[in-house]
Amino acid sequence: MRHRSWVSVLLLLTAATACSSGGAAQDGKTELTIATFNEFGYEDLLKEYEAAHPDVKLTQRKTGQAEPHHKNLFTKMAAGSGLADIEAIEEGYLSQVMSKSSQFNDLKEIGPQVDGRWLPWKYDAVVKDGKIIGYGTDIGPLAMCYRKDLFDKAGLPSDPEGVKALFATWDSYFATGDQFIAKSGGVAWFDSAAQVFNAMHNQHEVGYFDKSDKLVVETNPAIKSDWTAVTGAVAKGQSAKLAAWSKEWEAGFKTDAFATKTCPSWMLGVIEKQAGPENKGKWAVADAFPNGGGNWGGSYLTVPKQGKNAKKAAEVAAWLTAPEQQIKAFKAKGTFPSQVAALTDPALLDSTNAYFGDIKAGALFAERAKKVARAQYKGPTDGQIQDTVFSPALLSVEQGKNTDEAWKTAIAETQKVAK
Amino acid sequence: MTAVLTRPDRGRVEEDPRPRYRLSSLDTKVSPYLFVAPFFVLFAAVGLFPLLYTAYVSLFDWELGADERTFIGLDNYSTLFTDGQFWNALFNTFSIFLLSSVPQVIVAVLLAALLAANLRGRTAWRMGVLLPYVASLVALAIIFGSLFGPQYGLVNDVLTTIGLPRIDWQANTFGSHVAIASMVNWRWTGYNALIVLAAMLAIPREVTEAAVVDGAGPVRRFFSITLPMLKPTIVFVIVTSTIGGLQIFTEPKLFEPAGGSGGGAEHQYQTVVLYLYQSAFQHFDLGYASAIAWTLFMIIIAVAGLNFWLTRRAVR
Repeated sequence: MRHRSWVSVLLLLTAATACSSGGAAQDGKTELTIATFNEFGYEDLLKEYEAAHPDVKLTQRKTGQAEPHHKNLFTKMAAGSGLADIEAIEEGYLSQVMSKSSQFNDLKEIGPQVDGRWLPWKYDAVVKDGKIIGYGTDIGPLAMCYRKDLFDKAGLPSDPEGVKALFATWDSYFATGDQFIAKSGGVAWFDSAAQVFNAMHNQHEVGYFDKSDKLVVETNPAIKSDWTAVTGAVAKGQSAKLAAWSKEWEAGFKTDAFATKTCPSWMLGVIEKQAGPENKGKWAVADAFPNGGGNWGGSYLTVPKQGKNAKKAAEVAAWLTAPEQQIKAFKAKGTFPSQVAALTDPALLDSTNAYFGDIKAGALFAERAKKVARAQYKGPTDGQIQDTVFSPALLSVEQGKNTDEAWKTAIAETQKVAK
Repeated sequence: MTAVLTRPDRGRVEEDPRPRYRLSSLDTKVSPYLFVAPFFVLFAAVGLFPLLYTAYVSLFDWELGADERTFIGLDNYSTLFTDGQFWNALFNTFSIFLLSSVPQVIVAVLLAALLAANLRGRTAWRMGVLLPYVASLVALAIIFGSLFGPQYGLVNDVLTTIGLPRIDWQANTFGSHVAIASMVNWRWTGYNALIVLAAMLAIPREVTEAAVVDGAGPVRRFFSITLPMLKPTIVFVIVTSTIGGLQIFTEPKLFEPAGGSGGGAEHQYQTVVLYLYQSAFQHFDLGYASAIAWTLFMIIIAVAGLNFWLTRRAVR
């Protein structure tokens, strides 16, 4: 015990000295840190920026996953120090960040002129009280992925054009699901109720909160009707009942557990990895999504007020999120750009995906990105309601709980989380 | 060192109050405390201070990262005592605790009795029971999570092969508790067995030999001699496993297949510490999480005290 305490104190001290650097370095350079998670594809870009700006030294702090990155972000926000000059924020945590927007710089005020750079819905999500909190990096426009071979077996059209009609609306999607499971011999229509519900939910103009941050989960008819549609499909056996990101969900891609998947651009990589080379050519992606478009994922770069060199940090963030740079990041790590100009770049439009039958994935998702109608207004605890209330509630229905009881529990827990 | 060296001179120098003496007397009185001080200073910094600060935080509506925090007195506690999710978490914690600690202590004592016998390759056997403890807890939880997978898990495959119905280890409250308890037992039984074994080997042979002469059989000897003489060790094992069992976190956290901290879709296996974690780091409600922490602290003290008292009486 005592030894461990000593070691941890030493570690803390080293960490503290390591973190307290920043600001102006000895050689007169301005040192800026940028904290990211997963892969942003910025490694070469940072070197390029340093070469063009000899007075700036950039250090990237990389965290493996989004969750620890944001936990660290919120803890340091609470502590009042320790944040990087530029902090990346994922869309799922944005509502939480926007509710604390006073801790971030208004980039309209300190940053360069960048009007009209992004897709409007991407931009609108980071605007609060006329202030802009972050610069958009990448997005995850939604399409529908499906199993060609299983569609053939069930007598459904399976070519990319033929399936478009099946995926036109949520009604047609669930109706096709009924047809499919009647002939599929035990294969489910979709992977998980929550994966479908969240995509449906994000298409509405008003979600769990209205624009004055009032909880409207009970009075918003759209939520209840989505709930009824999804739980109805579960009752008929359309769901494979696999909680997303679980080991069994991952195994489900290999074991023919389900035939369709709500599919943001980055999901193609997940499917390829989980389904494996033996299933190559079976999965396809359709340029269609029920009831229009949708988005799942993508990030922003923000400049917290804790940093001493906010203006220079904003310049770096603006440069990194310019279309030319995001195209390079796309080439490096496949992050799908959110900038209007980048969506017409030949490097993006000509990119193909061999696993999905050499489809022009870049062009397909660029089209899907334009179909997103709007950014849904997110209340302060929106992300938590989705992750800790509605997704588990739908899972409990899949595990056999009565739909009405699960709905009541979900409403009660939502009110608790939102208090 | 000086303290030891000056001590024999004490009688002589006592009549000679020179300043040098005062210094060495101070040395004698103070330096032992200085030697133990590092531990207590560290404990105050990393143990006592967080403990007291948590009590302070629990009196506020304190949202992680928020601009302002409001003093609300004991409101967090009164909310907590009417919060169904907390009572559910407390029930789950005790259920998992009983399912793990009770079989664990019994098996550990029996295992120790076996290991104390004159076995071939004694050290290998004794080391063997410690192996699960050496393995990484995270790796262990992932393996058990797959074994107890509801749809493709090995345990369900075995159950169906021998004609029993499948169990949804995630949805079924009791099933999930059994799965998590088996993880705990797998890891800790061998460790406790070794502690008991050490105490067992320290029992003087004469007592046992005298009992043999008196005609006591092995079972009688075990219950009338071995067990009573193991009393202090068993009390220790029970108290530590109470403290560990009521704080159980990693196993249920990693048992959640998608990595959340709700402890199942309907909190079937959400323990108190997992609820604490969810309140603090998913709902960012630090005040409430601190109130849970302090309530749990009190419960652990009470239960550990009760266990201490019960085992002392029972094994007497």
